[in-house]
Amino acid sequence: MEHLTLLLGIVIVTALVFDFTNGFHDTANAMATTISTGALRPKTAVAMSAVLNLVGAFLSVEVAKTISGGIINEKGISTEVIFAALVGAILWNLLTWLLGLPSSSSHALFGGLIGATLMSVGTSGVNGNTVVTKVLLPAIAAPIVAGLAAYLATKLTYRIGSRTDEKATAKGYRAGQIASAGLVSLAHGTNDAQKTMGVITLALVTGGVLAPGANPPLWVIVSAGLAIAMGTYLGGWRIIKTMGKGLTELRPQQGFSAQTGAATVILASSHLGFSLSTTQVCSGSVMGAGLGRKGGVVRWSTATRMFIAWGLTLPAAAVVGAGAEFLTRQGNVGIAAVAVLLIAGSGTIWTLSRRKPVDHTSVVPDAEAEPAGVVTTAIAAVTPPPPAGAPADLLKATILSPGGTAPEPTRPATV
Amino acid sequence: MHIDWQALGTVFGVSLVATVGLVGLFTLGIVSLSKTSETSGSAGSAASAGSAIVARSGAYVCFALCAAAVSYGIYLIVA
Repeated sequence: MEHLTLLLGIVIVTALVFDFTNGFHDTANAMATTISTGALRPKTAVAMSAVLNLVGAFLSVEVAKTISGGIINEKGISTEVIFAALVGAILWNLLTWLLGLPSSSSHALFGGLIGATLMSVGTSGVNGNTVVTKVLLPAIAAPIVAGLAAYLATKLTYRIGSRTDEKATAKGYRAGQIASAGLVSLAHGTNDAQKTMGVITLALVTGGVLAPGANPPLWVIVSAGLAIAMGTYLGGWRIIKTMGKGLTELRPQQGFSAQTGAATVILASSHLGFSLSTTQVCSGSVMGAGLGRKGGVVRWSTATRMFIAWGLTLPAAAVVGAGAEFLTRQGNVGIAAVAVLLIAGSGTIWTLSRRKPVDHTSVVPDAEAEPAGVVTTAIAAVTPPPPAGAPADLLKATILSPGGTAPEPTRPATV
Repeated sequence: MHIDWQALGTVFGVSLVATVGLVGLFTLGIVSLSKTSETSGSAGSAASAGSAIVARSGAYVCFALCAAAVSYGIYLIVA
């Protein structure tokens, strides 16, 4: 490891930070419905999810050799590009967390990579077809598949169980839900922790520390697993709140159907070669389960905001990634500037989040008769400040740069 | 552009069938288990005790199948 340069060190730390944001951004996928139906207490749920994520990171022997799944040509990219991509992904993850919107962390990473690669190598570095087949199409298919499955499953479970006492069966449903939530956590650990291991390994390869095609060293596996587990344990309570209570109200049967649907779709898709985003699958199944109960309501205003965030994830992360790459190309000063901007941006978002803190006390099941609008209006009340605040300024600051230079990207990278 | 409709269709079909099947199975288990607790509550004749045993073992079969599905899920993750 004596070849570790400062830049490489920065990239590794940034990758671990991304892994950490990935963890707390995606806690909701496995645990939001488990918490909102009261199957597990909030702290217990995130602890369980964290442990399973950590276990998941060690489980798979299949190494994440390609982090982008062919979306970009990984051969030509330099360490700076990876750094810029990670900056874009982290900032977008933090911003959507501030707004409490579940969005795909993988798409954020893809977006950052695409933006940074475009800025660095030009359009030849990005495989447009793969973007459509691996990002756009799955983004449309995931919520439909998961939603339909959860919808039908909810219908069925209400039909079969219509003549039983709801209180007597709730315990059973909760147990089932914990099992399927555990599966989602485990799958998340294997997929997403591997992604970060892949990023760090790629950075080490581009930095010349590892031979191309090498497996991630043990310390990479351990640190990536720990980062994602710590992020998960911290709990993205804002997103958990949206997914568990903001989109729809879930009863134990629905929570069980939603979580089982999500686990099934995630496992089926990752093993039949059509990868779907965990976040989008889980959001879809929550909505499907919400619609499946007679009288169930989905709050479409929240859902619409979530869909918009999905659509924006890739381009927004790409723009930030491109801007960051533009700066890093200016040499060490630029890299330092990007690092400072990243820290400042994260700090600002964190400060803004303290204004309206959302923690584990906000996500427990309510006393029965909560009027339907409360959560929606609360979220609506939280939403306005951020876009006007500092994250927007920060975005502007980084967006400005690619605006002027984007039209001439065919030049080969001189980095 | 090559879109793998077959893979998409397979994911769609497998997910739908597996989800609905599993949830249905689990619900059957829960329902029959709650029925046994109802019947055992009333002073049972031999016949109702017999049906309670059937319902109870049926429930355990359902849960065992669900547990098998979960194990298969873990196997998929590990493999």
